[in-house]
Formats: sequence, structure tokens, C-alpha cells
Amino acid sequence: MAKLLSKKFYDEMQKLEPRYPSKVALLLPSLHAAQEEYGWLPPEVMDEVAAYIGIHPAQVREVASFYTMYNLKPVGKTHIKICTNVACSLRGAEGLIKHCEKRLGIKPGETTKDHRFTVHEEECLGACGTAPAMMLNDDYHENLDVRRLDEILDKLS
Amino acid sequence: MSKSAASGETLYIQHFGNEEARSLDYYLKQMQGYTALKKAFGMKAEQIIDEVKASNLRGRGGAGFPTGTKWGFIPKASQKPKYLVCNADESEPGTFKDRDLMRFTPHLLIEGMVIGGYTIGAHTGYIYIRGEYTREAKLLRAAIDEAYANGYLGKNILGSGFSFDLTVHRGAGAYICGEETGLLNSLEGKRGEPRVKPPFPAQAGAFGGPTIVNNVETLTAIPFIVNQGGKWFASLGRAEKSGGTRLFCVSGQVKKPGLYELPSGGVTLRQLIYDYCGGILGDKKLRAVIPGGSSAPVLTPDEIDVVLDIEPLMKIGSMLGSAGVMVVSEDYCLVRLIWRITKFYEHESCGQCTPCREGCKWMKDVLWRIESGKGRDQDLALLLDIAENINGKTLCALGDAAAGPVLSFVRKFKADFEAHIRGKRCPHAP
Repeated sequence: MAKLLSKKFYDEMQKLEPRYPSKVALLLPSLHAAQEEYGWLPPEVMDEVAAYIGIHPAQVREVASFYTMYNLKPVGKTHIKICTNVACSLRGAEGLIKHCEKRLGIKPGETTKDHRFTVHEEECLGACGTAPAMMLNDDYHENLDVRRLDEILDKLS
Repeated sequence: MSKSAASGETLYIQHFGNEEARSLDYYLKQMQGYTALKKAFGMKAEQIIDEVKASNLRGRGGAGFPTGTKWGFIPKASQKPKYLVCNADESEPGTFKDRDLMRFTPHLLIEGMVIGGYTIGAHTGYIYIRGEYTREAKLLRAAIDEAYANGYLGKNILGSGFSFDLTVHRGAGAYICGEETGLLNSLEGKRGEPRVKPPFPAQAGAFGGPTIVNNVETLTAIPFIVNQGGKWFASLGRAEKSGGTRLFCVSGQVKKPGLYELPSGGVTLRQLIYDYCGGILGDKKLRAVIPGGSSAPVLTPDEIDVVLDIEPLMKIGSMLGSAGVMVVSEDYCLVRLIWRITKFYEHESCGQCTPCREGCKWMKDVLWRIESGKGRDQDLALLLDIAENINGKTLCALGDAAAGPVLSFVRKFKADFEAHIRGKRCPHAP
């Protein structure tokens, strides 16, 4: 079977391997690295991770499904994660969600038809002093309001 | 008491916001970088533990356990490899101090960990960092590379004969991985479900070896303690049992949210809100304060003269936790707030224990029923009953963390709930 994961993936894992007394400990790092290549975790990719680590594919799914950051479904090119936990809600995060819904025509958890945007309500991001906050893919954006959110999204369009 | 009476020496905050501070060069020149490590190598492990005990350093992740005592739990005779794990999961809502410690003073954490490893006899360390802190993980890795390149990590550190490897391990979005045994399972490549204790991590932790798990802020205190002595560190605090400074994370409806580094036990909640944070946004009335991350039972405006430290808050039925202070003004509905808090715990419950898994969902549903104007007269008694049936009946503290806030909100702000039920709508709704 042709390999789905790149040489970069295997090189990176090989470098990490001696850092742990057990190969299973590579599971989280390898799922992160695999997701970086595909944007989500297709079943075949999880199977390849299982084969690499030497565990049953079900064990990979059992772990992957526990953590919210692993996307078990494809997500849009821009993954918008808006924190609506206490500190952000006290600073207007609910308005940001409503604005996103209106602007993109989707509800939290959905992806636009053109696959450009996915919106999620997120739990606390640890940026409460600069609330409300959101992540756009891997980047934090803080001290938001509707205007700032529009500016950020406009730049992507 | 005026601002100046409480102010004292700060260890960290002067470096926050300074992009230069994270470099090894800055650390060596401006922060006496790695001098504590040299000093530690000339000390016996017991001496270091004694200094840490004398410092009155208590765990900064939330539990407040004395660090020196914890380190002393490692069985010396054990032949198994030992591990030092830094809990950088920082997922308690309202907490955002470790993020700045890692992105602005990463070498302080690295030095603290090498000293910790040397003291407990661990040659392997991990920094378990929450998955969302992608940028912070990169910065930490860069600092670790610098430390390896300059002989502060790796084999035979500074010619001491002591070797220590340090690896950044990213979480992937699970609050429960901030619980130390959930964290260890996650580190091992499993679901982050907390373990049955005993055995405690000091006996059998990561990969079955004796393990110490410490919070970021706890470990960054270690170089200061080794360099300037436990007594000196203890004297930075204003409370008998709490040494050092404390990073208070203030968020919500205050004029100046952010981090404030103050002596442990040095200020009251009122001083923090009104003297340091400039009071309530829009000069509104204060309605409620959550003093120690969202797991801490809520306080009313009548209770804010409490000194912000572990014992005083415990005495009034709340907790300092991770020092995440969330301030709520009259502008926000308290029923909606406790519903949002409970929604979080329902989402984050790992599902192992029935009271937590089922109870959080029921509490959330009942709270939403009240918030949306469909509450019933018996709902408050029902909420208290569910919460009492979670409290203390689960493997880990998540159950208590979900129950405590509900119990305190319902008991202290009963009138708010009753207004929703009687009026069949949220009084704050437009």
C-alpha cells in the first residue's frame, strides 16, 4: 500500500521516538502531525498511524475521538473557533457567534458549501484577560469585537 | 490599604510583553539565568527539598499542595526510571498566566525543571502543554533547543554528571488532561481519563515510574528559591503558609483585565478589583465574582473583603484555585452564566463516572430550562439534589468542580432563579 503520510512525518516521529519509553506515547504527536498534512484525520490515515505505532486501528480511533482538536470530519480551509466560555461571554463572544452565523450563513459546527469556512464554539482558550478571543486555524486573535472580526475575515476573502 | 502597602518585589511580570526576554542571551544577562542550576549541582537533593519546603511554595495549578512535600514523596530506593512532568495544560476557565510564563520566560521553566529533575532523580522531563497553545509550544521548543546547544540540557549538564532530557508534548483539547492522572494517561498515548488513586503519581505515574507533576508557575519559582533561599521566597508572601508572589488572572467585566503579580495573601478581592483593575466596566454594579477559575464557588459582593489566598477563601466556602478571578457586573444574567459554566463541565466530563457524566447533562438541561423561561417551581431543589449527588462521588475533582458552582449560584442568588421561573423569561433578555 502506498504511504499516505509524508517522509517529513516519518522523520519527525523517528526523531521523537527515543524521547519516550513506549511507542504508544507517539500517538498524540503523530495524530497532530498527520492532521497537519491533511487538515483532518481520514480513516485511512488513522490506519496508517496505527500500523506505524503497532496498535489496533480501533485504539487510534478510541484516542482520536476523545480529543476535540482532532478533526474526524473535513473542516473548511479557515477553521474559526470562537471561545464562548465565561470570560469571553462576559465580553461579548455570543455576539461574535451570531455575527459569524449571519456573515457565513452557517451555524456552529458547520462548514460553508465552498469549504472555505468552518465555525466552532470553543471552550476556554486561556486568553481571558484579552477576551473575547478566537483561533483562526493555529493563530490566536484577541480583544475582538464585530468590527475587528470583520476586518480579519475581510482579509481572507 | 493603599496600593503601595501591598506591592512588593515581582519575579515575572516585568518580563511579560518583552519579546527579547525569551532568548537565552537575555535570560543569562538580565535574569541570572542558569546560576541557580550551578548552585543546585553543589547541593544535595535533601538540601534543595528543605529550601523548597522553607519557601512555602504551594502548587500554582489549583490544588495548592506544598511543593517541597510533594517532591519528598518520591521513593528514593525505587530502581524504576523517574519522571518530572510540567502541567502546562492551563485549561481552567479564567486562567491565563502559564501562557505568558512560557512565551516570555521559557528558560525559567527549563531551569526549574532541570533542578527539579536533579532533586527527585529524574532524567526525563515532559512539558505537557495544551494543544491550543501552538505558538507557545513552538517558542518552548526553540528555547529547549537553545538550552541543549549550550549545555543546559542533555548529557552531563555543566559537567555535573547529571543528564536530563526535556520534551514538549502537546495535548489535543481536553480539559480533563489538566487533572494529573488524566494528563499522564494522555502523555502515554491514551484517552485522558483520570486514574484510580492510589497509587499516586509519586509511586506509579508516567509509564509506571515514580512521577512528579508540577504546574508551570510552580516550577518557574524554583530557580529563585535555589538562588535566594527558601526563607527569602517565603518572605515575599504576606500569609503565614503561602510564600512568593502570585500571578492573578483577572477577566470579565472590569476596566483593566489582565495579569497582576502580587504577594501571596497580599491583597483582598476588593483591592484587586477596584484598586488594581480600575473597578467595574462602565461603573456598573458588581454582581458576582468567581475567585479561582470556573470550578471555584461564586462569591457575592458582600464577600469581597476576603484576602485572596488559599485559607481565607477556603474558610468562606470557595477556593483560590488557579487564581483566575472572573468578575461579573449587573449587566450579565447569572442564570445564563452558571448554565454556561455547567455546559463546559458537561462537555469536558470524561464519562467514566456516572454521577458526573449524567449529572452534568441534567444540571445543564435544567439550567437552560430556567434560563429560557420554562423553569418549574421544583427545579431549584432538583438542581441542588443533582449537584449533591455528584459532589464527592467521582474519581477526580471534575465532579466537584461542576457541582460546587451550581450549589453556590443556586444558594447565593436564589432570587435570580426565582425571577426567571416566576416571570417565565430571563429578565436580562432583550
